[in-house]
Formats: sequence, structure tokens, C-alpha cells
Amino acid sequence: MPIKPHISASCVISNNTVYKNGIAVFEKRETILQEFLLSIYQHFEIKYPRFYKMDSLSKLGWLAAEILLKDSLETAIYQPVDIGVILTNANSSLETDIKYFQTTKDIASPALFVYTLPNIMTGEICIRHNFKGENAFFIAEKFEAGFIQQYVNNLINNNTLQACICGWVELLGDQYKAALVLVEIKDHGGMPANPTNIFTKENLLNIYHTDNG
Amino acid sequence: MSDLKTQIIAQLNLQDVKPEDIGDDQPLFVDGLGLDSIDALELIVLLQQNYKIKLSNAEDGPKVFRSVRTIAEYITEHQNQAA
Repeated sequence: MPIKPHISASCVISNNTVYKNGIAVFEKRETILQEFLLSIYQHFEIKYPRFYKMDSLSKLGWLAAEILLKDSLETAIYQPVDIGVILTNANSSLETDIKYFQTTKDIASPALFVYTLPNIMTGEICIRHNFKGENAFFIAEKFEAGFIQQYVNNLINNNTLQACICGWVELLGDQYKAALVLVEIKDHGGMPANPTNIFTKENLLNIYHTDNG
Repeated sequence: MSDLKTQIIAQLNLQDVKPEDIGDDQPLFVDGLGLDSIDALELIVLLQQNYKIKLSNAEDGPKVFRSVRTIAEYITEHQNQAA
């Protein structure tokens, strides 16, 4: 039955730690980002060969979505067009843009070129989960919980979406952070709606700061 | 052909695949190894970078990249032409 938009799951990846619903579920210290991302993939025993071809930003967002949705989203109760993805970050796909630009001095890399847009990450998530709903990628200097809450609420309130994966996926150099939430209006016996999981700016911000960062 | 398989795995970042997993005549696209159009472009880059061979006619692509054997034959033929 329809209820107020609520956060039915969250996933934060930062500081070499993966948090699901506020609880640290995986940690690997003293490792570089690329190795950390691969270790998450291996730890959660994911089998998806396309993962290896993704750039680091897509890997980060894709893994966060994977862990966010595992045991949390009942896709059977939605049509693919009912589920959307709204993401934000500060530096777009700059990490891969730079890498791609470097290859153009010799032979430009087609595999890198396809990741020189941040919404490719959104596409990777949608391909994996067969989401066909509204999606968008916004660039902002910092995490704007109020903007995301308002934008996603509008999509839900005007019946464009019934569920949405939204949040922040940022990566540049060795600095990275993913903070995603699953917002739903259907109550399917998951976490009951309560003040801490109603889809508000404050709750979204609290989740973003799960890692105290 | 083993070297070529190793180069293909490295170029296409097929980290779950070992050279011995790829049959000499196994189709590389769609039902075979499941490569896509971006992989096809990467194979063209591989020929250019590793063998200095440019695929002059794009329509030859499906025939040349059908399997590891067809790629190897194309390389042999065009290296001989260059020599």
C-alpha cells in the first residue's frame, strides 16, 4: 500500500569501508582505490564480467547500487519504468576524461571514451537491474541533500516514479565517496516508516555522514 | 595464437578469462565471447598498436574479427604484405 516516500535502504562507500543501512559490512585498509573496488566485487561474490570494463567512477556507483539493492528491492512489485536513478557528484567524469585525453596523444582508447560522461554510470546500473524509469545526473559542488530530496519527491508525487535510487557518487584521484539510498512509496514489509527513515533532507544528510565524513 | 589471446584479454580487460578459455575458432561476438562494438574498436586499436596494421576497410571487420584464428590469419597476411 502507498505510504510516504521513505528510505528503505542505504549504502555508503568511503574511507575503504562499505556501509549497508549504517552498518559497516566490509573494510579493507591500506589499499589503493582500484584494488579496494575489486576487493568489494570479490567479497560480495558478484559475477558480472562487464564490471571489469567499467571506469572507476562507474565501478564505485555500480557497486554501491549492487549492495544497496541486495535483499532490499523487490523488483517484482514494480514495472521497470517505475524505478528511476538520480545521481549527483562534484567532478563529473573528470577522472576518466583526463585518462582518455592522455590516450589521444597516441591512439585514443574507445573503451575509455565511452566513460567520458558521468551518466554512463547510471546506464550501467540500469542495464544491470533493468530499470527504465526517469534518470538524471547533476553536478554540484557538494552534496545537496535538499535538492535531491525535492527532485526525487517531485518525481514520486507526480507518479513518474514509484521507487528511486538516488544520492552522491564522487571520484577524483584517490578521493572518493558513494552515498546512495533507495526511496520507495510502497510498503512491502521492509523497514516500517519511522522518523529516521522518512525521506527528508535531514535523514539523507545523516546517511551521507554515515562515515562521519 | 596463444600470445594473441593474451593480448586480446589485456586489451579488452577480460579479467575472468584465461587464454585457454578462448577456442581458436570460437566466435568472439554475440554468442561466443560476448564482445560488443566497443570491443571491436579496441581490437582495431590492438592491431594498430601491436602489429602496425590498419584495418583499411571497415566492412572487413566482421570477417576479420570472427575468431582468434581469423585475426591471426589477417595479421599474418598483412605482415607478409608489409615485409
